[in-house]
Amino acid sequence: MPSLKDLRLRITSVKSTKKITSAMKMVSAAKLRRAQEAAESARPYAERMNRMMCNLAAGLGEDAAAPRLMTGNGKDQVHLIVLFTSDRGLCGAFNASVTRSVRAKVRELTEAGKTVKFFTVGRKGRDLLRTEFGHDIIEGRQHLGRKGVAFAEGDEIAKTLIEMFEDGVFDVCWGVYNRFQSAMTQVVTWQQVIPFASAEPAPAADADEDEAAAVPPADPYDYEPSQEEILKALAPRNMSVQMFRFLLESQASEHGARMTAMDNATRNAGDMIDDLTLTYNRTRQSVITSELIEIISGAEAV
Amino acid sequence: MAETTLFELVSPERLFFSEPVEMVVVPGTEGDFAALPHRAPLLATVRPGVIVIFAAGKPKERIFVAGGFAEVTEKACTVLAEEAALVSDLSPAAAEKRFDAANIAYQASLDGDDETMLRAENELLIAQAMVAAAKGDLAYH
Repeated sequence: MPSLKDLRLRITSVKSTKKITSAMKMVSAAKLRRAQEAAESARPYAERMNRMMCNLAAGLGEDAAAPRLMTGNGKDQVHLIVLFTSDRGLCGAFNASVTRSVRAKVRELTEAGKTVKFFTVGRKGRDLLRTEFGHDIIEGRQHLGRKGVAFAEGDEIAKTLIEMFEDGVFDVCWGVYNRFQSAMTQVVTWQQVIPFASAEPAPAADADEDEAAAVPPADPYDYEPSQEEILKALAPRNMSVQMFRFLLESQASEHGARMTAMDNATRNAGDMIDDLTLTYNRTRQSVITSELIEIISGAEAV
Repeated sequence: MAETTLFELVSPERLFFSEPVEMVVVPGTEGDFAALPHRAPLLATVRPGVIVIFAAGKPKERIFVAGGFAEVTEKACTVLAEEAALVSDLSPAAAEKRFDAANIAYQASLDGDDETMLRAENELLIAQAMVAAAKGDLAYH
């Protein structure tokens, strides 16, 4: 049985932990609000860009002039997985769910005889995958979006990817990130980036409800300037937008996950303090009782 | 009321404008074009310039865009702009400042590699269009 002093120390330490977790929760809540706004206001652009790309790809047919970013380089051997995680921990299953999903995907791909490489965004993703796939992590980014995600950061990742693709480092590129749904739920989402996946538009595009603009036209498009010119400008732009969006979604999810995790931790700490206080009072009571018994029996003995 | 087409202007940060309009004139790279209801589908790149929204045959709203893409279908016109601002919100002084900065950067980039030069040139064109827009130089657009 722990002594009174031990119990008192435990209670103090749990109390200070509780203070920390509840402060972290507050901080995350504030950051979440900003990140969520940013993520949600960036969705329309990404969705419309995606739709434009889909319409373009649909109208493309067997035209060989399309840029390779759209059609791929005809091979399907080396897959690059770009995973978006956080730099810091203490955010529940946020990073673990991404890496778990990545592991499952890797198993699936290696069974099909493909090679897999990784591009990690965020420190945690790298840390979690390093032991297993150390050699295959070919690129990494850290400390992005400290003060809110800037478009330039997504742009830079996209440029690096395009460069690597042109150098033949990989054939197919996937992005995997936590899509923000609410502070409680983040959905691990896979999106094929190269070649452009028109068959399965981003889940965001499905949720798009505005009527008129979503309908692809019956007639083929006129192009101004030529179709190739537009595609050449649009395809890299689309990559940047997608990366930007992944970063935003991932960041909003991170803060949401951390807020939920810290909320749980705070509640658990509260429960623990209650339990410990109960034990403390009981112990104190029994110490007093036994002291009284000692005194009384001492007095009786005289 | 006359028939309308849905005009949407989106910048990377937000949905800037989304309303049914009677006509909208977009500065395409190869010349301005108007989007009216039932227009033939068109995909075009947009140069830095001013988008004019018309109501009852008169210009109603002017929006500055720094280039991007436009998609026109029978019922809608969507512009993906890299940057957008209401012309009435632009200040000529700020635009001039940006133009001067862009000009200096452009001059400096002339000796550099192609990519930085192209980027500086692009920024210069944007700033130039912005100055024109801010001063209400209608002849320009």
